[in-house]
Amino acid sequence: MKKSINIAVLLLLITGLFSCNTNDSKDGDKGALASNAAEKVYVAPGEHDEFYAFISGGYSGNLTVYGLPSGRMFKEIPVFSQFPTSGYGYSEETKPMLNTSHGFIPWDDAHHPDISQTSGKLDGRWVFINGNNTPRIAKIDLKTFETTEIIEVPNSAGNHSSSFVTENTEYVVAGTRFSVPIPQRDIAINEYKGNFKGALSFISVDPENGRMNIKFQLLMPGFDYDLSHPGRGKSHGWFFFTTYNTEEANSLLEVNASQNDKDFIAAVNWKKIEEYVNNGGGKKMPANYAHNVYDDDTHTATSTMIKEVLVVDPKEVPGAVFLLPTPKSPHGVDVDPSGEYIIGNGKLSADLTIHSFTKMINAIENKKFDGDAYGIPILKFEEILEGTVKQAGLGPLHTEFDGKGNGYTTFFISSELVKWDLETREVIDRKPNYYSVGHVMIPGGNSAHPFGKYAVSMNKITKDRYLPTGPELEHSAQLFDISGEKMELLLDFPTHGEPHYAAGIPASIIKENSQKIYKLAENEHEYATISNGDARVERDGNEVHIYMTMIRSHFTPDNIEGIKVGDKVYFHITNHEQDFDVPHGFAMIGANNSGLLIMPGQTKTMIWEPKQVGVWPFYCTDFCSALHQEMQGYIRVSPKSSNLELSWSLGDD
Amino acid sequence: MKKAGIIMIIGSLLLLGLFKFPLWNIMLGAPQYPEPMGMDIYITGIQGVQEFDIQNIDGLNHYIGMKTIPKPEEMWEFNVFPIVIGGMAALGVILGILGFLGKVNAWWFLGWLALMSVLGVLGMYDFNIWLTDYGTNLDPNAIMKMTNPDGSPMSYKPPLFGHQKMLNFDVDSYPALGAYLMFAGMALTLIAFFIGKNEWKLKHVRL
Repeated sequence: MKKSINIAVLLLLITGLFSCNTNDSKDGDKGALASNAAEKVYVAPGEHDEFYAFISGGYSGNLTVYGLPSGRMFKEIPVFSQFPTSGYGYSEETKPMLNTSHGFIPWDDAHHPDISQTSGKLDGRWVFINGNNTPRIAKIDLKTFETTEIIEVPNSAGNHSSSFVTENTEYVVAGTRFSVPIPQRDIAINEYKGNFKGALSFISVDPENGRMNIKFQLLMPGFDYDLSHPGRGKSHGWFFFTTYNTEEANSLLEVNASQNDKDFIAAVNWKKIEEYVNNGGGKKMPANYAHNVYDDDTHTATSTMIKEVLVVDPKEVPGAVFLLPTPKSPHGVDVDPSGEYIIGNGKLSADLTIHSFTKMINAIENKKFDGDAYGIPILKFEEILEGTVKQAGLGPLHTEFDGKGNGYTTFFISSELVKWDLETREVIDRKPNYYSVGHVMIPGGNSAHPFGKYAVSMNKITKDRYLPTGPELEHSAQLFDISGEKMELLLDFPTHGEPHYAAGIPASIIKENSQKIYKLAENEHEYATISNGDARVERDGNEVHIYMTMIRSHFTPDNIEGIKVGDKVYFHITNHEQDFDVPHGFAMIGANNSGLLIMPGQTKTMIWEPKQVGVWPFYCTDFCSALHQEMQGYIRVSPKSSNLELSWSLGDD
Repeated sequence: MKKAGIIMIIGSLLLLGLFKFPLWNIMLGAPQYPEPMGMDIYITGIQGVQEFDIQNIDGLNHYIGMKTIPKPEEMWEFNVFPIVIGGMAALGVILGILGFLGKVNAWWFLGWLALMSVLGVLGMYDFNIWLTDYGTNLDPNAIMKMTNPDGSPMSYKPPLFGHQKMLNFDVDSYPALGAYLMFAGMALTLIAFFIGKNEWKLKHVRL
């Protein structure tokens, strides 16, 4: 017995020693320095990165913009969350962006950014991203890098299998994670089975202005729709959704939704349903959802409530929806650049399941069915299976592609990124991730034309990778050079919130289109002050409107009297600069919201409700010039009973 | 004098390029202006190289008390220069035609060039007076009153020609395409003179 323990100890020691010398060890990344990893990520001061990476901010509700290969963060774009830095969601102009059928929602859980495409290639016009909690899809304009449209998704809950675009951005697709009663009603939770439905929403995108509109919702059986991806090339016209909880459990899903050996990938022929809908198919049902649009000329968002939505019962469109049995609660479903391989990442498994689109079509044509679920045909597993990547790792989540015949799959449990050959399904290389990788992103990885130079893995656990910052840590991303046969770890960099996926694009596609200023001459804001002579203060009952301008380095007017306690004061402030990167800020003492950051040519409004008599200063918050500290003013607040007339001035006038 | 007449006409017509292209260009670069701002000076007025350059140059100049860059109606030069250039071009063309027809000899071409040169020098002289006034006639209430080491007020006169460092700005002042066309045109008229002289001589010797 004692001997055997000794042997065990010896074995442990040997294993320990051995593993210190392999790539799998934590020191493995130190070897990267030896191969000039530092040089590969070094972008000299003043030089630009080769790629943009739009990384979702998860529970920050926002989208962050990074450069690759440097890993430098350039901007946080407010999307679903109030953002005091710029006043987004606080200013009167942007509050409507966060309006929903549940009222004003100042936060969301942002998930999967995807860049618009034309003919399967990234076109760099917009980024779409889904709000998971209060289901919404947002559109960010890549001229201004600002959120310009948000549409709420009715009948949906946990908007997770979203927001992926088809190869000509015909649709941005939003699938529900949680099935719910449709329409919502007061029923017992344990009546789930058969009563709950999963809505898959196809949101059309206007090719001219990107305007979003829910074309139809497909009401699917009450499974959980986890992730999705579009077909492309030969499979263009189809969309694929992973499901779990095909058991239709409504409690302790951890166990109860993990019983079936296989769940499904739902294959949806959206072209067929689109045709059906265009010919008058589907049913209009009452709904209530917000459509919020920001206009660059009025610098103002409007929110419109839409009262009905078109729903389609898959049984009404035979041949449009099929279920592909896929082992072990698949998480990600990914389609390779050719559109042939549909990869199911069975998250409770060690294998990857690869279906063939060609075989799927054959199976459909020859009716190789294995029963049905609520009238939707289930295809025979063996008939559609192209093969499996055996024992590639533990807990596969997501796969991206390099356009050179390889897939890159993240394995959450074994914490690694695995490169494998799409044809032979052999593992080529594996690299550890620190720690527990979720998504991986290759620029253009969700398109027919990936740019297979870098892969960014987004890890769920950070632990000791950076200087400690208490219990709460930012997540960590890792950059790999994937240009060679073996992957090479180049860089760790922290990311904001919890990135769920990212979208990368060569900088050259969008950087020249990035706008520098808003033209004052095109400012159509209702309360803009285009000429200094129009700067004024107006009273309407207890509402006071201040029409103010700002330019280096003064406000017009900067002395205002006649404001009274109990007034509701609107500052409508127009930045008169027309020079790149000369914003001005505005802060008013005692304002119960945020400051404003106003770009050249832009008008923003904030409300201040003075509660105390006195003379109160305001100032510019952005160091705008050598005279920035002089950019200030005073407002005299008189008692409510005061008869002091409004007056305003600048300098001696 | 056919050849000389044609060259004289072409040379004179090249002056008309000044109606389309700037005469002079002044660029202002600084650490915070990696893409320099610039002024294109036309015979009819001053325009920004980029859409908002004039506005932005004025915005910066107000700190040191410089006047705003003049609008066309604020300077008589922008009314007179087009007339002078148009008149000289017309005169040159007429002389060229007369030369072509053998009515005038080549010395008339040289006379035109001399007149043009005198006018050009006068124009430069006037331009320099304006630059001096623009750079030194400052608002006494300027936000920043910069002085030279000897205590005299700093001048912000842009260079008439070449590069100069002014505070944080690098100022480059050079002729622009319109001026180069004019110089080329004037050079052609000089060539026209020499060719014309030969042509005239040959013709009159033969006679």
